[in-house]
Amino acid sequence: MKHRTRIAVGPVQFRIGSSWGAPITALKRLYVGYPQDAGRPADATVRLFAARPWRRWLRPSVHIGGDYIVPDALPLPLSMGLLAAEMGMNLQVALGWRRHLLLHASAVAKDGRAVMLSGESGSGKSTLAALLGEGDWRLMGDEFTLIDPGSGDALAFPRAVSLKNEAIAEIEARVGADRLGPLLAGTPKGDIRYLIPRPDAIAAMHEPARPALLIFPRFGGAPAIERIGEGEAFVRLTEASTNYVALGEAGFGALMRLARETPAFTIAYPDSASGMAIVEHLWAEALR
Amino acid sequence: MADPQYRAAGEGALRVEPLGDLVAIFDRRSMQTHLVVAPMPEILAALEAGSCDAATLAARLANDFDLSGEGDVRAIIGERLEELAGMGLVEQV
Repeated sequence: MKHRTRIAVGPVQFRIGSSWGAPITALKRLYVGYPQDAGRPADATVRLFAARPWRRWLRPSVHIGGDYIVPDALPLPLSMGLLAAEMGMNLQVALGWRRHLLLHASAVAKDGRAVMLSGESGSGKSTLAALLGEGDWRLMGDEFTLIDPGSGDALAFPRAVSLKNEAIAEIEARVGADRLGPLLAGTPKGDIRYLIPRPDAIAAMHEPARPALLIFPRFGGAPAIERIGEGEAFVRLTEASTNYVALGEAGFGALMRLARETPAFTIAYPDSASGMAIVEHLWAEALR
Repeated sequence: MADPQYRAAGEGALRVEPLGDLVAIFDRRSMQTHLVVAPMPEILAALEAGSCDAATLAARLANDFDLSGEGDVRAIIGERLEELAGMGLVEQV
């Protein structure tokens, strides 16, 4: 393809190609601080291409492709090319990765131990991880956490954090403009702005962390904490994994161990401050 | 008509892992995960002593568990065996 770049996030080396220059330029800016290793073979390929050759000029709209495609994925206008690239990177990892168990979960770490927050879009897992990552936690990732089937360790996947809607203002108040991508207003997911993780989080992205706490957050309602059993944690984790079935017994073993060895809780919280306070409280309890 | 006979999965076919109140069973043949509760794991274990029908299995289980007050044990075990066969965890002979 005409425009291309390579980006290494945690254990995944992406090769990204695009019919247009703009999304690649925007990606290069977001990932400028990430380690470069152009000699390493690519693990996943993302392609952003025009639906018909002439559409590249006439009414540019971006189709997302790569090693895996979702047939009914909607094309996005070129102004959202960065979103398309990020969605493409997510998609390739979610569908194609086999080396680790992939969990739809954000994660932060301290002293080599990880807190994982697993939930659907809108649960606030991304926002909580981003806010904690601006404090004394190391951000491991806002969307996916990888579990090593051999060791049981959590591995970081610190892509640029996808801030949505109200979360954008919360983070804008805390970080400089140099850490933020352009505002993508009115996307199918609402307003989106990417946050570049702190340099220390990027530098530590190859350091594994021991899972210490599993949290299933729900945004809204009065603050609540409920301990859940190993069985329920296991079921929720199978639902949170995009490649559990593909991994076969290795995935079964990894999830089993995670559910058995890691205290798990569901929480509800009305705002970010109380969500962060609950995470800190559970962390203090887990350390006892 | 005689009660159906059931046989356990072959040795090593199932990986059975207790998980709190549940038991997770990974079937290496189908690569499927099943989550079950009592008495399913107990029935699977008792069937490993050899293929049999529900009445024989009820007698085997009565050796290890107090089944008094459990109603028609033979009928209940017959239903559970049918369900286990539906999941592919046991096989009707």
